[in-house]
Amino acid sequence: MNHIVIAPLLLPLFTGIFLLLLREQRIYVKRLIAGASGIALITIAFKLLCQVSDGTILVYALSDWSAPYGITLVADRLAAWMVMTTSLLSIFALIYAMHGTDREGRHFHIMFQLQLFGLNGAFLTGDLFNLFVFFEVLLLASYSLLLHGGGRKRIRSGLHFVVINVVGSSLFLFAVGTLYGVLGTLNMADLAIKVAATPPENLVLVHSAGMLLFAVFALKAALLPFYLWLPSAYSQTSAPSAALFAIMTKVGAYSILRIYTLIFGDHAGPLANLLEGWLLPMALLTIIIGTFGLLGSKRLRQQVSYLVVISAGTLLTGFSLDSAAGIAAGLYYLPHTTFATAAMFLLADLISKRRGLMEDRLDAGYVITQQKFLGAVFFALAILASGLPPLSGFLGKFMLLQAALDHPAIVFIMGIVLLNGLLTVIGLARSGSLMFYEAHAVDKSTNTYYSQVSPEPLNVRELLPVFSLLGLCLAMTIGAGSLTEFTAKTAAQLLDTSAYIEAVLSKGAP
Amino acid sequence: MGLAYLTFIPFIGAAFTTVSTRLGRYSSAWVAVITAAASLSLLLPLAHDVMAGQTIIQHASQWVPSLGLNIAFRLDGLSLLFTLMILLIGLVVIIYARYYLSPRDSMGRFYAYLLLFMGSMLGIVLSENIIQLLIFWELTSLSSFLLISYWQQREEASRGARMALTITGGGGLAMLGGFLLLGKIAGSYELSSILESGDMIRQHALYPYMLILILLGVFTKSAQFPFHFWLPNAMAAPTPVSSYLHSATMVKAGIFLLARFFPALSGTPEWTWIVTLTGLITFLTGAYIALFKHDMKALLAYSTISHLGLIVMLFGIGTPLAVVAAVFHIMNHAIFKASLFMLAGIVDHETGTRDMRQLRGLRKYMPYTALLTMIAAASMAGIPFLNGFLSKEMFFAETVEHGNSMALPWLLPLIVTAGGIFAAAYSIRIAHNVFFNGKAEDLPKIPHEPSRGMQIPVEILVGLCLLTGIFPAQIAGPMLSVAVTSTLQTTAPDYQLAIWHGVNPALIMSMVAVAGGILVYRSREALFTLQSRFDGMFEAKRIYNGAIRRLFNWSSSITMNVDNLSQKRMLWLLFVASIVMGASGFIVHDAPLAGARTMLPVDPMSAMVAFIMIAAAISTVVMHQQRFTALVLVSAVGLGVALTFIKFSAPDLALTQLSVEFITVVLLLLALFFLPQRTPDESDRLRQGRDIVIALLAGSGVAALSYAVLTREYSTIGDYFISNSVSGGGGANVVNVLLVDFRGFDTMGEITVLALAGIGIYAMLDKLKLLSPQQDEDGRPWNPDTHPVVMATFSRLLLPLALMVSIFILLRGHNLPGGGFIAGLVTSVALIVQYLANGVEWTRTKLPANTHPLIGSGLLIAASTGVASWYFSYPFLTSTFHHFHIPLLGDLELASAMAFDLGVYLVVVGTSLLILINLGLIHQVSYQPRITKKNLASPTTDSDTTPSRSAALKKVLPWKR
Repeated sequence: MNHIVIAPLLLPLFTGIFLLLLREQRIYVKRLIAGASGIALITIAFKLLCQVSDGTILVYALSDWSAPYGITLVADRLAAWMVMTTSLLSIFALIYAMHGTDREGRHFHIMFQLQLFGLNGAFLTGDLFNLFVFFEVLLLASYSLLLHGGGRKRIRSGLHFVVINVVGSSLFLFAVGTLYGVLGTLNMADLAIKVAATPPENLVLVHSAGMLLFAVFALKAALLPFYLWLPSAYSQTSAPSAALFAIMTKVGAYSILRIYTLIFGDHAGPLANLLEGWLLPMALLTIIIGTFGLLGSKRLRQQVSYLVVISAGTLLTGFSLDSAAGIAAGLYYLPHTTFATAAMFLLADLISKRRGLMEDRLDAGYVITQQKFLGAVFFALAILASGLPPLSGFLGKFMLLQAALDHPAIVFIMGIVLLNGLLTVIGLARSGSLMFYEAHAVDKSTNTYYSQVSPEPLNVRELLPVFSLLGLCLAMTIGAGSLTEFTAKTAAQLLDTSAYIEAVLSKGAP
Repeated sequence: MGLAYLTFIPFIGAAFTTVSTRLGRYSSAWVAVITAAASLSLLLPLAHDVMAGQTIIQHASQWVPSLGLNIAFRLDGLSLLFTLMILLIGLVVIIYARYYLSPRDSMGRFYAYLLLFMGSMLGIVLSENIIQLLIFWELTSLSSFLLISYWQQREEASRGARMALTITGGGGLAMLGGFLLLGKIAGSYELSSILESGDMIRQHALYPYMLILILLGVFTKSAQFPFHFWLPNAMAAPTPVSSYLHSATMVKAGIFLLARFFPALSGTPEWTWIVTLTGLITFLTGAYIALFKHDMKALLAYSTISHLGLIVMLFGIGTPLAVVAAVFHIMNHAIFKASLFMLAGIVDHETGTRDMRQLRGLRKYMPYTALLTMIAAASMAGIPFLNGFLSKEMFFAETVEHGNSMALPWLLPLIVTAGGIFAAAYSIRIAHNVFFNGKAEDLPKIPHEPSRGMQIPVEILVGLCLLTGIFPAQIAGPMLSVAVTSTLQTTAPDYQLAIWHGVNPALIMSMVAVAGGILVYRSREALFTLQSRFDGMFEAKRIYNGAIRRLFNWSSSITMNVDNLSQKRMLWLLFVASIVMGASGFIVHDAPLAGARTMLPVDPMSAMVAFIMIAAAISTVVMHQQRFTALVLVSAVGLGVALTFIKFSAPDLALTQLSVEFITVVLLLLALFFLPQRTPDESDRLRQGRDIVIALLAGSGVAALSYAVLTREYSTIGDYFISNSVSGGGGANVVNVLLVDFRGFDTMGEITVLALAGIGIYAMLDKLKLLSPQQDEDGRPWNPDTHPVVMATFSRLLLPLALMVSIFILLRGHNLPGGGFIAGLVTSVALIVQYLANGVEWTRTKLPANTHPLIGSGLLIAASTGVASWYFSYPFLTSTFHHFHIPLLGDLELASAMAFDLGVYLVVVGTSLLILINLGLIHQVSYQPRITKKNLASPTTDSDTTPSRSAALKKVLPWKR
């Protein structure tokens, strides 16, 4: 009995329950437990990744009911890749939170663990309704994390987040209900077979349900025109939450990739490639609007939020190319952009905390402690995030463009991706020089409202996560050869849906 | 591997310089010198082979093989020439900077940046793989950004640096596009194969696009018109930086690329026209503007632009002899321009100004510097016996040659001579204006000769100018020959490096240029006055700044208009998009909406319930401004749903629906207590109309979808559940077996959601302090009888009964309608009634207010039940059941799923109570202080009485305390 597939779900779940039951109120005990669990999660994720890296598809029949009757968890390369990314990201968000964020309100660590439960569940489930359940877990946990610490703006943007996502959940239910009503199944592998064999009179319904599902996933992924909830929510929340949320939009992107290759992919008969004509334009327009947002931002955290929007667009541009190379490029880009934007959120917080009342306003303020050092870190992260050579961002975009070379829309793809790169550089360079180069020396005598900068020196717990995330991206750059080999195989496995279907449906009890 | 080490040594050195500053101020300079020398020493053994005509290609490693991204290096004549320039001039600049930088400047940082830049430049010229080349290319943009902005607090430094980064970095991105296309055309990113497939590349349909993209990279980097303006603005950098970047390296990178790809890309009309014309325009504008610049460095910057234009133009002309001239001029320009920048730096350093309206007569104070400047400037002007003369004459000769092939053979030489005149004029100006031209006065500092450390680098370079000028064949000949050969990738044409070629058109043009230059310089005052009328017009920098400003303003207004934090907008966009997406199926496929199934007859009772539900739903919308009424109405809809469940024989669902309805209504009432009873003003009629249309479309869309699904025949896996429920799940109640067994994992997720909601609300309310109103909005005080005795008494009596019922429901759930979820809801309802009837305070003394342990243990029981099956080697949540015979009770079936159900039960109870109690507690907290304070003001309020929850429906003003 191989329980490794469910381990990434149960570990955070049990940790969360344990923390909830814990009578101990001392924060460092909670930190210790959460930290240990985070490290264990990385180990498990790595083990899972190793087990599936040879192409094995691990199927776990929950309650011992085989597919399509019971719920199955499926770990293939893609799922393991996502779990790995999540676990790596989460440990650094967690460490950063230990610098004080986790004290600002109650239950931070519980919410954090259950958020991981939701994330890993969404990546590993092989059942459409179960995916819905995990979307709910995610929504509730992220709502609490979003509000963590309180404050008026935070609550307002959190409300928008929850309202819009509840509407999204309803749409999800409509779509799942329609699919179940017409096709009579919820298992994704089974759905793939049933969708391909849809009788003509039911095509209408399956098509509509498929598109409604896309609307839900696009909402999660923050594609145009659904992205509006993201910038305010992400820029208002606490830094570790924002950093963890860097993976949230990727849940949407993952779902799009999974559903529209497996169920509505090449093999779906008359419904094959359902998103053709939808995804690419939406993704490209998302990049455009995200770029305007980035240039028009008044605060650094807002700007980083728009980086998240742009990265969602870029990622889905890769997925929409409908080629193994495009998907592989996207899968390489995914962890990179997750780590990079997360590091940016953390750094923005570091800077903001030291600028006193100026916070993260993109305006010339006063010289802060260790200004040159922070400026250098900002410079490095800006290179990373804008996709300039030689870091992983460049490699990701390069792969993407190379994969798009034979696409009929190459002119648009290349034009938009490259121009976005340039404008991101312009935007971030402006922010950097406003905050660092144009800062005025603090004049003790004037003591104006904004000159009250915090002299707090940099702390290891603050810096370690930022540098580790940067280090991960560096490792991704150096190890790009073997990583792209892996993502290429992942893409191939995704497009060869028969292996997935066979693994799920032929395997009764594992 | 030598080339890889050679390239990476400066990067390592950069890391060392920052550390080395701890050993003393000048140690970083030593590290830099050693670094450059180390690279140079690695180069020399290889240089020998290259001079013998070899091309060295070293594959260092495979980086991303699937993308064709290999780390590979190439050293041939062309790259050797550039490597030597980068390292030698770099070395000279390092020494110069050691004496130039003031004690306030951080030397470690300076040399770190400089070495980063040096390494990046080496990478460009030594790359075999063009993507690797591009990476180094962008690294030069980045490191030059750092160098130009070295004096960070100066506004012009940071602006100039950003401008340079934007222009050259942007060009690099265009070049990335070009290289991708080139790789696609040539099938490889390796230079060796690209250079061999020139014919194929030129004939390819994508050639023009690729060419334009690559040339964008070249022209931005080499400051060609109209991208030239970043270069003068980059003069905000310390002078050693300008001397390095703008003579031999940064700006020459573009030129290097033209030379590198010459065999692959040149020879087409597109190439000739674009490259030649751009070069020509740049040559002329640069030379013209240079004359009018009063800042020495600005003059030199524009003259650099002009010389770069000259070289670009030669590559555009593209004959083998033009290439010889171009390569030769690359060398010469690097040498004399580097020395001139350093001389400008010396003047600036010793006098405190670079303004030529202020500077004059310095010859008296610094005669030696004057001499060096005169030689270097003469070389720039193209005076015989100096290196600049030789290549410039070749250039003139080539224009004459090229002009012959055009319709007006005299036109090109004429234009070029005009440019030459200005070049001579500004060269004369920089020497004469500064060192002669009257008496020095009003200078910020008393000038004197600089330290030897600053002179020696200049001496070396000026010495080279002279040597090359006098013995061209001996000094420059061998290097030039191999460089030209590898640029052309064929044997070099016949040419002679000599000072005297006889009287020919080129010599005449040279003479005219110098003579004209003198004339123009003499009449400079008049020209300056004339030019000053056009000051600021057509200035590229202003256009650029305006464009950037507009870009930011425009983006900002777009962003503020689109992302206006309006929830309404988010929602209607979501609705409209999902309507369009949902409808797309109906547009693409042609099928009737209704399925083949025959409809059931409608009985009057169902029709009535349906009617009530519809009416209630519509009224909810109509009455939504009165929140309390709307809440009552919407709960009527919920009750209708429960009735519908009963009608279709779903007692579990009906029970759940009823109790959920009850609990939500109570919780909503509690929440409404704190909200204004009326909603804020509606949006205008137009928007309302829009929203009504969207709502109708969305509603009818969902209705149509349901109708279409329900009228179709279907077969689901549901039949399997019914037939396996007893045999496999051990329960006759399929709904419950589904919840705890078939899809128990969904339930596990959902109780987590529930728990999350509970503790989330708990956390949210934790710091929230709300003030509740004392009276309703019509000014009436609350009913003082908050806990009617009758209700309190009966509710207490009812409690044990209700609890017993709920336990009964829990236990029988597996086989008969019931189960943990319903039982939990029933218990919650029973307990909530206690709170309502007796008040939170009273009940709290009887029941724990903190239900976290309840929720936690519920989750723990459920999850542990799941894990327990591991012990029997079954997957998570596998259930088992057994029949036990117990005396008196008889045959009893116990399923492990019941433990799971118990967990569900506990979570449901814990969560609903947690929410309720904490909402209730805010009332307490918020209410008490007001009462004590306003005790006498509102006589009807008894301070001992807590306000009635049933009255919690009135308008309040929420704010934080």
